[in-house]
Amino acid sequence: MVGLDHHGAEGETDHDDVRNAGRNARYGLVLFCFYLVLYAAFVLASAFRPEWMAERPWAGVNLAIWYGFGLIGFALALALAYSWLCRGRVES
Amino acid sequence: MIYTPSLLAVSVFAIFVAITLALSFYFAARTRSAQSYFAAGGNIPWFVNGVAFAGDYLSAASFLGICGMIASYGYDGFLYSIGYLAGWIVALLVIAEPLKRLGKYTFADALDSRFQSRAIKLSAGVSTLAVSLFYLIPQMVGAGALVKPLLGFPHWVGVSMVGAVVMLIVVTAGMVSTTYVQFLKGSLLVVFSALLTLMILQRGLTTKPDNPGFHPPRVTVEVDESSLGSITAADLGLEGTEILPPEGAWKDRPYLRTCDGATGLVSVWRQTPTTEGRVVFYETQTLTKTKDGRELVNGLPHGLGPGETDFYPVGNINRLPGSETETGPLGPIEFFSTLEESELMLWSKDPKVVATDDETTTIFYPQLTAGSDVLLPGKSPTFQGIRGDRLASKLNFISLMLALFGGTASLPHILIRYYTVKDQAAARKSTVVGIATIGFFYLLTLFMGLGAMTSGVIDVTSANNNMAAPLLAKSMGELLFAMISAIAFTTVLGTVSGLIVAASGAVVHDLLTSVLRLRLTDHEKVRAGKWTAVVVGFMAIGLGIVFEQMNVSFLVGWAFSVAASANLPSLVMLLFWKGTTKQGITAGILVGMFSSLAWILLSGDTYKDVYGWPAESALVPFSQPGIVTIPLGFLALVVVSLLTRSKAPAVVS
Repeated sequence: MVGLDHHGAEGETDHDDVRNAGRNARYGLVLFCFYLVLYAAFVLASAFRPEWMAERPWAGVNLAIWYGFGLIGFALALALAYSWLCRGRVES
Repeated sequence: MIYTPSLLAVSVFAIFVAITLALSFYFAARTRSAQSYFAAGGNIPWFVNGVAFAGDYLSAASFLGICGMIASYGYDGFLYSIGYLAGWIVALLVIAEPLKRLGKYTFADALDSRFQSRAIKLSAGVSTLAVSLFYLIPQMVGAGALVKPLLGFPHWVGVSMVGAVVMLIVVTAGMVSTTYVQFLKGSLLVVFSALLTLMILQRGLTTKPDNPGFHPPRVTVEVDESSLGSITAADLGLEGTEILPPEGAWKDRPYLRTCDGATGLVSVWRQTPTTEGRVVFYETQTLTKTKDGRELVNGLPHGLGPGETDFYPVGNINRLPGSETETGPLGPIEFFSTLEESELMLWSKDPKVVATDDETTTIFYPQLTAGSDVLLPGKSPTFQGIRGDRLASKLNFISLMLALFGGTASLPHILIRYYTVKDQAAARKSTVVGIATIGFFYLLTLFMGLGAMTSGVIDVTSANNNMAAPLLAKSMGELLFAMISAIAFTTVLGTVSGLIVAASGAVVHDLLTSVLRLRLTDHEKVRAGKWTAVVVGFMAIGLGIVFEQMNVSFLVGWAFSVAASANLPSLVMLLFWKGTTKQGITAGILVGMFSSLAWILLSGDTYKDVYGWPAESALVPFSQPGIVTIPLGFLALVVVSLLTRSKAPAVVS
C-alpha cells in the first residue's frame, strides 16, 4: 500500500509533537470534508431523488451500485492519501 | 424450516472454538498488568491491529444481518455496508490520532485529559456500558441464529454457549487474546467471503438452482379476472382437484383453495395479476396452527418423518435476459447488469393471518419482482418510505445514515483498539489497514446477499434471514458451509469479547478507580475487570434470548445511534472547540445518551417489535433518533459550556 510505505521517519516520539498533530488534523479535516460532501449527496439523492439512482450510466449497471461501490473505494483512496500526506515529520 | 445438524459442520465448529480458547490460554501467561489486560500493553503490531479492527467491526450484524437483508430486499442491506464503512473515515481523519494522544485505556481518558473530572468519567463510563450492552444484543441474537441450524440446538442454548466461551476468553487473557482472536477471525472472514463470491460469479445466474429441496412454485394457467366467479379447476389447469368455496375468513382474500381428489390435501393459491385484466395463481406455502397445538405445513404435519413435510427453500430467477436458463460464469459488473434485466421470484409473508374458529394460517407467497427493483434503495420495510412522499420516512432514512456515519468513531470497543498500538502513527496505519479490509468485505456483501437471494436457499419462515449467507455456502458444499458457519460463530466470539473488554475497562478504570476513587492495585484491577466481564456476559445472554426475533442489522443501527448521540459530540468538540468545559462534556454525553435511548423506546419499531403495540400509536414520528439526538447532544454541550465557562482562558492541550 503506497501510503503505508512512507512511515520510516515517524517514531515513538511522535505523540509529543504538537506540530505534527496540527498538520495531520488539518489534512484530516480537509479530506473529511471531501468525503462528507460525497456521502451527504448520496444520502440526500437516495431520499429525495430516488429515480436518479435507477439511471444506468455505464455497463448496464445503475447509479446506486456505482455510487455505493464508489463511496467504499473512495474511502480507501482517501485513507491512503491521508497516510501518504502524514508521512515524515514537520521540519521546524 | 427444520435444520439437521451436520457432523462435518460440528467438527469444524469445535476445532475453531478449540483454537480460539487455545489462543486465550497461551496469551493468559503473558497478561499480568492492568495495562496488558485492558490495552494489550500497547504492543500490538499495527498490521495485526488493523485486521483486528476488521475482526472487531465485522460483527454478526455485518456478516449475517447485512447478507440476510440483501437476500430479502436487495440493495437496502448494502446501505448499511456503505454507512458502516463511511464511519471509518470519521474515525481515521478526525478521531484516531488525537484520541491516541490524549488517552491511555478508555475513551473517557481522552475526554477527561484536560479536566480530571469525576462527572466526565462517570457519564462516559455509563455511556460506554450502555452502548456496549446495546451492541451486544445483536451479536448474541446472531449467535443463536447460527447455532440453531449448525448444531440443532434451540436459540437460547446458542446464546448461552457464546456467552460462556466469550467469558472464558475474556477472563483468561483480556485484550491480547481478544486481539488475536479478532485478527484470526477478520482474516478468515474476508478470505472465505472472497472465496464464496468467486464461486457465486463462477456459477453465474440460473433459473433452476440445484439446491436440494428447491423447486419453483406451481402456477396455474392464465385466466381473465372477470371469469373468477365461475371458474373451475380445469379452467386453471388443475385437473383432479376441486376448488373450495371462499367462506368465512377466506372470503375477500386474494387466495383460492383447492382440494386434491387423490390425497385430500388442501393447497392455497395466491392471485397475481399479469397483464391488463388477466391473472394467474401461484401456490403458496402455509403454516397452520390448530387449536389443539398441532403445526401443519402445506396441510401435512410439520416434520421430516414419513407422512410429514417441511417448508421448501425458495428464491430464484424466474426469467433471465434473452430467456436463457443459465448464464455461465459472470464478471462482477456483468453479474449486476444481468440481474438488472432479469425477473426474480421472491417470497413474502402475508402480514394478515387467516383465522377461523379452529386454526390460524400464516401464508408465504411468491411474487415476481423486477431485478432492477431489488438493485435500488427503498424496497425493505425499513427504507420503503424513501420511495414515497412522506417526509418523516425520508428523515428516518437520513437519520440512520447519519448515525452509521457518526457511530463508528463513537463505539467504545473500537475506540479502545487505539490504545493497543504504540503511537499515533501506528493508530493511523492500523486504521488504513482496517478500512482496506472492511471495505473489501463490504463490497462482497452485495454479491453474497444477491447470490443467496437467487440460489433457492431462502427460508420463508425466517423473519430476518440472518442465515442467508451460511445457507448459500451450504448450496455450494457442506465443507464451505461448515467453514463459513464456524467463521461466523468466531465472528460473534471476537466482537463480543471486544465489547466485554470495553465494558469491563469502563467499569474498572472509569467508574471504580476514577469516580469512586477506590485504590486498587494492578492485580485487583485485573480481577475486578474479570468479574465485570462475567456479569456483562450474563446480561448479554439474557438480552440475546429476549430479542430473538429482531433483525441484527436493525438492532445495530440503534446501537450506532446511541453511540453517535452520546459520544460523538463530546469527542469532536473537545478536539475542535476551545470553549468546551467539563460540565459541557458531561451534559453532551448525558443528553445524547438519554435522548437517543428515550427516542428508541418511544419509536414505532419498538412499539411493534418489542411491546407488540400498534406502531401508529408511537410517540415519535420516526424510529431512528440520530438526526434529532446527535444535534441535541452538540447543542447541550455548547449551551452548558457557554454557561459554565470561567473568565480565565481555557487551557488547550
